[in-house]
Amino acid sequence: MHGTKILEEADRLMTVCNSCRYCEGLCAVFPAMEMRRSFSDGDLNYFANLCHACGACYTDCQFSPPHEFNVNVPKTLAVARAESWAAYAWPRAFAGLFARNGLAISLIAALSVAAFIFGFAALNDRQVLFGIHTGPGAFYKLMPHNAMAALFGAALLYALVALVMGVRAFWRDIGEPIGMLVDPPSLWQAMKDATQLRYLDGGGVGCVNEDERPSDLRKIHHHLTFYGFALCFAATCVATLYHYLIAREAPYPWWDLPVVLGTLGGIGLLIGPAGLLAEKWKRDPALVDQKRMGMDVAFIAMLFLTSLTGMALLLLRDTAAMGPLLALHLGVVFSLFITMPYGKFVHGIYRFVALVRYARERRMMAGV
Amino acid sequence: MVDLSRKFDCLVIGGGNAALCAAISARRSGASVLVLEGAPKFYRGGNTRHTRNMRCAHDAATDILTGPYTEQEFWEDLQLVTEGQTDEELARHMIRESKDILGWVVEQGVRWQPSLGGTLSLGRTNSFFLGGGRAMLNALYLTAERLGVDILYDAEVLDLDIDNGMFLSADLKQGDGRVTVRAATLVAAAGGFEANIEWLKQYWGEAADNFLIRGTPYNRGSILKMLLNKGVQQVGDPTQCHAVAIDARAPKFDGGIITRHDSVVFGIVVNKHGLRFYDEGEDIWPKRYAIWGRLVAAQPDQIAYIVFDASVRNSFMPTLFPPIEANSIAELAGKFELDAAVLEKTVAEFNAAVRPGTFDHTILDDCRTEGLTPPKTHWARKIETPPYYAYPVRPGITFTYLGTRVNKQARMLMKDGKPAANMFAAGEIMAGNVLGKGYAAGIGMTIGSVFGRIAGREAAQNARN
Repeated sequence: MHGTKILEEADRLMTVCNSCRYCEGLCAVFPAMEMRRSFSDGDLNYFANLCHACGACYTDCQFSPPHEFNVNVPKTLAVARAESWAAYAWPRAFAGLFARNGLAISLIAALSVAAFIFGFAALNDRQVLFGIHTGPGAFYKLMPHNAMAALFGAALLYALVALVMGVRAFWRDIGEPIGMLVDPPSLWQAMKDATQLRYLDGGGVGCVNEDERPSDLRKIHHHLTFYGFALCFAATCVATLYHYLIAREAPYPWWDLPVVLGTLGGIGLLIGPAGLLAEKWKRDPALVDQKRMGMDVAFIAMLFLTSLTGMALLLLRDTAAMGPLLALHLGVVFSLFITMPYGKFVHGIYRFVALVRYARERRMMAGV
Repeated sequence: MVDLSRKFDCLVIGGGNAALCAAISARRSGASVLVLEGAPKFYRGGNTRHTRNMRCAHDAATDILTGPYTEQEFWEDLQLVTEGQTDEELARHMIRESKDILGWVVEQGVRWQPSLGGTLSLGRTNSFFLGGGRAMLNALYLTAERLGVDILYDAEVLDLDIDNGMFLSADLKQGDGRVTVRAATLVAAAGGFEANIEWLKQYWGEAADNFLIRGTPYNRGSILKMLLNKGVQQVGDPTQCHAVAIDARAPKFDGGIITRHDSVVFGIVVNKHGLRFYDEGEDIWPKRYAIWGRLVAAQPDQIAYIVFDASVRNSFMPTLFPPIEANSIAELAGKFELDAAVLEKTVAEFNAAVRPGTFDHTILDDCRTEGLTPPKTHWARKIETPPYYAYPVRPGITFTYLGTRVNKQARMLMKDGKPAANMFAAGEIMAGNVLGKGYAAGIGMTIGSVFGRIAGREAAQNARN
């Protein structure tokens, strides 16, 4: 017996799949399943987070609906995955944020933006708020750098603590010994698998989305999104180092490293999320966990808005629009940070951990 | 929409591996092609949906195959399983062509995978489709569509107009009415008649009511029957088929691969009277796999039970339906309404006859019984560790061997021995030419791909002349 109805269904499917095994070459989920004959809640949550939702096993399955065996692995694991994230949420009181995630994220984002606007307005006079500020330190006329650093540092720190606690819960659930952390080859393997999205390709031909014709569009847009996000994060890190190490203050000229990184990342973070959203809307409803559509869209929208407001700030930072745009951008980024542990962002973290475990299991099976 | 008023160069009836290989091959040879698949889109592809691998000759190991499998070895395997009941010229031709087919299907978009799980010991002889048979079909359909092959689903053929070995047209069910489709050539690739219980009963009697059909419910043999009624020469013994023992709890149709059992070597098999009836240790997989369907079909009520104990519970592939469990043999008998005393006696006699040996299920080992009838000649170990388990099994029919006779060009032969003017056949509908009896894993797909490609090519050439 399992803890939830969806895990009962996942168990039923894995029993079907384990007596078939035709899909073992498609991704990591099925070889991981083949290592077991019965499935604990943790095993099923591990499979769920290992699944990249490429949909190939659904399209290739002779038992998918309308067949009476009704095998739909991608959708079942998608639901199980989302339920597992809520179960791992820290603190427990915030688990509910996953249930109405779209609403929660939009409210938090709106409130954050409003707080920054009111904060700027309350703490600065009109001339400063709508004034034209250029040159190093221009942003800090509206909000002192230390205040900005403290606020965002705290938000990020909180997100990190919550994520670590969540991962710890996942770790315990899947019964994975702490040994994973001290297994560099498995970590390296997982890193390669994650950064290449090795398992989002249906075993080599591409992801199945709106019909049985595989394509690489989801993978390409996911790459743009992920690497766009990474570049933007790198831009922030470089800027922080500039500030503290060589006392070089934002805003930076367009050719300077933080701006170059941020611009490239920002472009990726505009095209990628837009593409992912388009693919999501086209996706065969049979593959979609409709209840979590809001969560997916909210996260994609937040990434898109982060980039959009950042790019707008870059283009208009020498005009009177700088103050409001800065408030808007900071508001979006702040809400992105603090909601990270309670939304779609966590899929990357848990999937990475699942990939480490898979790499480790494979190595142990091979006797390495 | 497909324009059915035009005359096609080639009409392919069927929608599985053989049909698609024929359609693609004909199209690549320049013919206009219409494929009529009787099933709805989801169920397209007949039994190919449930297949996983194909047996092809090859002279050296490849990325996906662990060693060479020569034409001669393939031929010897075929002779062994068919006990010589095969058309040697056709079979050797097929084996020769199979070497080239391995690469050809890849050119049509099909992908192979290395044999990962090792569920069958076929890594040397058989290539596995990445994602299974339905993945293979999806790739073939995409290629056919891209090449401009017209495809109709739910396209039931009601009649064929054949005049003295010359195909003229086919009548197709369309809503409440019918429409006539004309073509210069016909490729019949519409499978066997295993889903037609009434037809099976003609040869098997009432026993056929207890058969389970492993594949598509659409293989009713209607095209085969029409062809045989219109002068095409028949080949094969109508009672011969690919039949395995599958779980008695499986659905009547389309249970596919997951209803199989490979636990026979780990226990004993008894009938409804609680008695053993065949040597469970006679041969190794996959031959042993392919014989138990017919063995069970010959038992009263076409039911049997694979009985084993806790010591081997995890020694074979996991199964869809869990085994029935009991703490004693008598209790186990009760759960199947078998005579407890008889079953206890059967197990006790078996245990007493077991001689010690070194168990190895991958070879014909030295664990055997002595003084028991029937004997268990290999893998015999005592059944004495509770809990005890049993799977109920019934005959699971994969496909039938009765078919249309063809020559090396896949051209049908008429009753008078003359080749048909413009009619070709491929796949299960002509498998009986090669498979007089028995089965070797993956050979159905070889027949389909090889003769499909030939039929398409020949039909295209025929249409141009």
